[in-house]
Amino acid sequence: MTAKEIYERVRELCPDGVGGFDEEVPEPFFKVEPARIQEVCKALRDDDALKFHVLSDLTAVDLPKENVIQVVYHLYSYDSRQQIVVKVDVDRDAARIATVEDVWKVANWFEREVFDLFGVLFEGHSDLRRILLPEDWVGYPLRKDFVEQEEYDGISTERAPLVPENLR
Amino acid sequence: MESTIQDLIQALIQALLPGAIPVSVGYALAAILVAFAVLSAFVAPLAGVTSWLERRVWARMQSRVGPNRVGPQGILQWLADGVKNIQKEDIIPASADRKLFLLAPYIVFAGFIGAFVVIPFGSWLIPADLNIGILYLLAITSLAVVGILMAGWSSNNKWSLLGGMRSAAQIVSYEIPAGLSVLTVIFLSGTLSMQGIIQAQGWAPQDWFIFYNPFTLVAFFMFFTSALAEGNRTPFDIPEAESELVAGYVTEYSGMRFLFFFFAEWGNLYVIGAITTTLFLGGWQIPATIFGVTMAEHPVAKGVLEFTVFFAKSYLWVLVAMWIRGTLPRVRVDQLMAMCWKYMVPIAFVCLFGTIVLLVIWPDGNPALSLATLGFTVLVIVYFMWRVAYQIMHSRPELYLKPYV
Amino acid sequence: MSEVSTGTGLHTEDMTLNVGPQHPSTHGVLRFVVKTDGEVINEAIPDVGYLHRSIEKIGEKCTWHGYVPYTDRADYLAAMFANQGFCMAAERLGNVEVPPRGEYCRVIACELNRVASHLIAVGTFGQDIGAITPFLHALRERESINDLMEEICGARLTYNYLRIGGVGYDIKPETCGRIAAFLDHFEPIVDEYNRLLSNNKIFIERLANVAVISKEDALQYNLVGPNLRASGVQWDIRRDIPYSVYPELDFEVPVGQGERGTQGDSYDRYYVRIRELLESCRILRQCLDKMPDGPALAKVARKFKPPAGETYVRIEAPRGDMGYYVVSDGSEYPYRVRIRTGSFTAMSIIDKISPGIMVADLIALIASLDVDAPEIDR
Repeated sequence: MTAKEIYERVRELCPDGVGGFDEEVPEPFFKVEPARIQEVCKALRDDDALKFHVLSDLTAVDLPKENVIQVVYHLYSYDSRQQIVVKVDVDRDAARIATVEDVWKVANWFEREVFDLFGVLFEGHSDLRRILLPEDWVGYPLRKDFVEQEEYDGISTERAPLVPENLR
Repeated sequence: MESTIQDLIQALIQALLPGAIPVSVGYALAAILVAFAVLSAFVAPLAGVTSWLERRVWARMQSRVGPNRVGPQGILQWLADGVKNIQKEDIIPASADRKLFLLAPYIVFAGFIGAFVVIPFGSWLIPADLNIGILYLLAITSLAVVGILMAGWSSNNKWSLLGGMRSAAQIVSYEIPAGLSVLTVIFLSGTLSMQGIIQAQGWAPQDWFIFYNPFTLVAFFMFFTSALAEGNRTPFDIPEAESELVAGYVTEYSGMRFLFFFFAEWGNLYVIGAITTTLFLGGWQIPATIFGVTMAEHPVAKGVLEFTVFFAKSYLWVLVAMWIRGTLPRVRVDQLMAMCWKYMVPIAFVCLFGTIVLLVIWPDGNPALSLATLGFTVLVIVYFMWRVAYQIMHSRPELYLKPYV
Repeated sequence: MSEVSTGTGLHTEDMTLNVGPQHPSTHGVLRFVVKTDGEVINEAIPDVGYLHRSIEKIGEKCTWHGYVPYTDRADYLAAMFANQGFCMAAERLGNVEVPPRGEYCRVIACELNRVASHLIAVGTFGQDIGAITPFLHALRERESINDLMEEICGARLTYNYLRIGGVGYDIKPETCGRIAAFLDHFEPIVDEYNRLLSNNKIFIERLANVAVISKEDALQYNLVGPNLRASGVQWDIRRDIPYSVYPELDFEVPVGQGERGTQGDSYDRYYVRIRELLESCRILRQCLDKMPDGPALAKVARKFKPPAGETYVRIEAPRGDMGYYVVSDGSEYPYRVRIRTGSFTAMSIIDKISPGIMVADLIALIASLDVDAPEIDR
């Protein structure tokens, strides 16, 4: 089954909100509307022809020029040895998307990480807390416009130079 | 020279203090003095050297070197450790139960030191030959559990508490198979006195209680295993399992107090060996005549020889315990309990009743049965040695791949 | 604290136990908030992030070549694989062809690294169960590998050996001889581990039927590598999505068979690693035999600027599927580097598996999943 066929099959199952298929890149992908992602993911997992039982990776890319954060799902099927990439563009200023936690359990932690580093809110997530950074961290570091705080908990984030200026 | 140490002390008091103070007070003072001397001259170095030896033996098993810097082959390492630990700050957690926290190491230590009162190092070299010697020993070594529980509770640390609870459950449970195995020996010897038990055995292996009949052979293993469990040794070291409970009941201790626990542990190792030797391996018994020399005519040589024999036999079990520690993983707490109650207690009972039945049949023992048991044991050991030799011959040499060094 | 009724009118409370971040068996700085009823765990909530070094963010600030040493730190026990994932992603984006000798050098270095990493996994497993001797025996052999690595690339832990387009230094013939000598020495030693640890009654009792992960759970939580194989899914990226020269090599993929208990228990996860040690030795021998001549490094521009695009590279690291999702915008710097590691997902399953097991089993579970704190947090 080629990526094209997978895409056709998904379009058949969920006609709305699926589009933007690109075959020319090494890993073919198609795009899904944020509101439809849960439905599409369930179809991808449960359909007998697709059987994407595994969510390999869930991450995001910040694209400030288009003012979107692109949430990227890498799916894999051990049965048919197929890979497909699903991308969802969410608005940068109000980044919200439905969770896929009840489709693949592993999405729980992946989504927490994306929330932590990109500030994408996953609606319906059971435990959306920061995972890698401290709870009181300000900002989302992997956004391109992230500015580091000057101090954290009263500790300067600027390190004094190891070698005095005149010796360098 | 057939007097005990008590008689010696009594003579000493009468010679030095003629009527100046009551004899009882003088006796108590002298006893404290002697205890102090024995503690610092024998028990402390024994525990210390055992700790050093364990580290060296263990290091050899693990392809390491081990402590070898302080003194020849590092034998004074324990002194250096002691000095270091005395210098350390004695930290008492703010939320700890202060009094119990301070007291706990001494109780553990007292339980271990108290055991030395009845250990017979020779036919007259015993601090006090109590007529309930073995009972006293079982009681005093159990004192350690009180200290451990106190340490675990008073530290106000959950790891310590878990360690203390585990320890209490473990030691109390393993008292039972240990006690039953001891009872087997008491039936054979007819006395509770440590000297009496040794005198009921002979110097030759077939006269030892371990080979008395097949049941006592099993009882010996039951006893040694339970003793390891009571001494918190691997594979039963769950109260201080460092990979699970950080350091168990000693988590919050530091400096000298920390050292006291380990002092007691390593000293206990020797106590375990000594009790095993006394009960099952003929203690200090040596032949009455060696190469035509009647030993009774040379009391000093006899004493030295007896002490050496006893020490060597008991230290053998210390080495076995080290070997076990270097080989086995640790059991889980529920498995530990299951092993005690489901296997060891019934087996110990069977040994006890089997011995009783055989005692009824042959009240004075059966030499043929003893020889057969001995022969079987020797066969097992020879087979094991053969396996070890085979493995050593076929083992791989250490690889040396350092082209740039 | 929740109140628990024992049914006898006696009220007990759950004890909240803080395991870590400093704890002897958490393999780095991990933390679990454990709610226990005595020794039995009701809930164990993993708390990660203590070792977060923002390697992904650093990737956006470095040049393509300059980022390779940073990938070492993603997983310091298997630095070679982290190197390889990133280099493969960059090569795929920039259409760089790696010369065959370079590929063989990579596979040799990686498989040596896999042996070293599995030795740590197996050794620390023994230590967590309470047997310290196997740990030191494992480290002794790893020391030989470190020596070989030093000879190959000059470093013993964070190798920085791979370059975009090949490897930094060719493996010399005499080094190949030493690797062969090491293999001759090492293969019988695995037998020794089996005698000392794998066939030890106490060890088996501690691990068999403990913390069983079913096939369905393994897929749901996306376990990868040996953990997935122990649950009965025969899946190895080296064989199933071949990369580098793995298609030319002949090796088996060990799967957990429930040797001593249930399929997918802690013992299976341990034993799969032991068998992988031998498979890696087999791969190494074949590589040494087949190694072609030629250059080990392709010509790659100093200012490497792959065309805009994105790729997702999977490689089989010792802790399983390591995924590099790299986005390029055609500039000197990667636009986005995402490292997806096996330990991260393995860690998330602890929450699911831990209720009902004992504190000692939790330690065994962590050790059997072979989680590695730097790899979780990156």
